[in-house]
Amino acid sequence: MNQRPLSPHLGIYKLGYTMLLSGLHRITGCVATVGLLLFVWWLMALASGPAAYANAMKILSSPLGRFVLFGFAFSFIYHFCNGIRHMNWDTGRGLERAEARRSGVVVVVAVVLLTALVIWLGCTAMTNTGAP
Amino acid sequence: MSLRTPLGKVLGRGAAGEGVGHWWLQRVTAVALLPLSVWFVASLLSHPLNSYEAMRGWLGQPWVAVLTILFVFTLAWHSKLGVEVVIEDYVQGKGAKAGLLMVNTFIHAGAGVAAIFAVLVLSLS
Repeated sequence: MNQRPLSPHLGIYKLGYTMLLSGLHRITGCVATVGLLLFVWWLMALASGPAAYANAMKILSSPLGRFVLFGFAFSFIYHFCNGIRHMNWDTGRGLERAEARRSGVVVVVAVVLLTALVIWLGCTAMTNTGAP
Repeated sequence: MSLRTPLGKVLGRGAAGEGVGHWWLQRVTAVALLPLSVWFVASLLSHPLNSYEAMRGWLGQPWVAVLTILFVFTLAWHSKLGVEVVIEDYVQGKGAKAGLLMVNTFIHAGAGVAAIFAVLVLSLS
């Protein structure tokens, strides 16, 4: 069984940037799944009362907590933007080499801008204490 | 020569007949998540995250609670489908694959139920 010829796998191709974006879609999807679990933990802390919520926010606002949240924000935003690109492909459009390269650039630019926006909004919302 | 059974040929559904359903649900949940996630992130980040009272008051509103439940439920469903594909693609061995697929379902069911329960506690108590 092990002697059968196999179709070429990932390792045989030269790494192109559209290929990198494609792989990143899966990776960011898996990272976002971990983010979902953290989000549910945060919701449960909120439901558990003021002390549990204060503790959760203390962990999330620490430098490491913020760094992790930035990572999840990037992953979610990347998967969101590139997901739109994927669904456009599903309609049969934009599959030509030049088009796919162009939409890849659009996704990267959109991800950088949106991630910066969400990090800024997130830091503002974390610093805001709600006091007038 | 085809190895497909006569019944399989007539049904014309390939190996299992469920692939399209999985693929389609992934798209349905993806489309639903576009407006839901934009709304959720924008709404969440316009409130003071460090204020327990403010967050509770926000999530306690009926429409915020309903949309948040829809968001988390759809997110968990889409996430479950996606991780399923990754496990099927990369995990070798039938036992490990079946086991991990099961664990994946359990984790996502748990996450979905916990999130819905948390939102209900916040809005009903």
